[in-house]
Amino acid sequence: MSDQDANKGFIGRVWRFVNSPSGVFSLGFLLIVGFVTGVLFWGGFNWAVEATNTESFCISCHEMEDNVYAEYQGTVHQNNSSGVRAVCSDCHVPKDWGPKMIRKIQASKELYGKFITRSISTPEKFEERRIILASREWKRMKKSDSKECRNCHSFEYMDFTQQENRAADNHQVALDQGKTCIDCHQGIAHKLPAGYLEAYEDVVADLTADGFLPPPKGYATASSYGDLKTYLGSK
Amino acid sequence: MIKQRLISALTIAVLVIAGGLAAAQQAGSVKSLRGAPVDEFVPVDKIYKQDEKRFVRNYRQQPPLIPHAIDRYQIDLSANQCLACHDWSNAGDRDAPTLSMTHYLDRDGNQLDAVSGTRWFCNQCHVPQADAPALVDNVFVPSQ
Repeated sequence: MSDQDANKGFIGRVWRFVNSPSGVFSLGFLLIVGFVTGVLFWGGFNWAVEATNTESFCISCHEMEDNVYAEYQGTVHQNNSSGVRAVCSDCHVPKDWGPKMIRKIQASKELYGKFITRSISTPEKFEERRIILASREWKRMKKSDSKECRNCHSFEYMDFTQQENRAADNHQVALDQGKTCIDCHQGIAHKLPAGYLEAYEDVVADLTADGFLPPPKGYATASSYGDLKTYLGSK
Repeated sequence: MIKQRLISALTIAVLVIAGGLAAAQQAGSVKSLRGAPVDEFVPVDKIYKQDEKRFVRNYRQQPPLIPHAIDRYQIDLSANQCLACHDWSNAGDRDAPTLSMTHYLDRDGNQLDAVSGTRWFCNQCHVPQADAPALVDNVFVPSQ
């Protein structure tokens, strides 16, 4: 036994410890202890993830507090007649477990930006990168059909007769054309950068090119002169 | 005695039938809250806040009034959200009035593709309309 252990490296010895049956504890004890530890670890993990979803955690970085959080003050999702509020994570972190974990792992890149490259450490740097950051969020929203908006806002329960005509008409158009919230409602909680409409069109074009979105329904385009001739001939 | 009973029974029967007929007739003319038969289309009243109609100009050179709320629109150095609908490139899709072509001329009179910088801040001239009494006396006289 000890000869074998001596021959093995650290990983080998750990594997041997994990792999060998317990000679001391009963199966029931191991099951119960395993279950309780599992509950504690899983609960603790979820608690920690939820803690990173709170507003106070988000604005513990001056980048967030001085820029995006400051802009969010007074917008309809922060201050309104009914007092219902959408905090950072309600819009920026998916509710489903899988996408939430993916988003949280992506957020480690943000820590890298904060501590190593300091890419948005001043308002000027933030302003410079705003269009990149905003485009990223628009892309995520467009890809998920504005899932985070629709956690609260759904067309099914939207009473168009209570909306101002201009809004009701446009929401009907959006329904008919299969548009998503972010197609029109950019910059509702944060300031818009210069050239935002063009940047949004680029985001949509990118997603279409990558096959995430169906190609736009529009006029048929001719790829050659022959196409035109056959089209005209058929009329 | 029997005759009397017969007469009262007949009277009651006549009264009941007459009353029933009257009630049935009334039921036919009862007006529902909907105000129309169930198979008839009743258009819902439009909800107007500020955009019931576009106010006419009070004088020829008046910048047209804005028939909707603009309080959440960003108009600053980096973005102008009015242009998302009213720029010539979007107005058709969004079914919105296009900016006057004078707004695409720079100060030297050159035609531009994008709105001129001198015309960027819409609400310097255009304001939301409101059917409200004037706050101060207005003695303005437009040029003739």
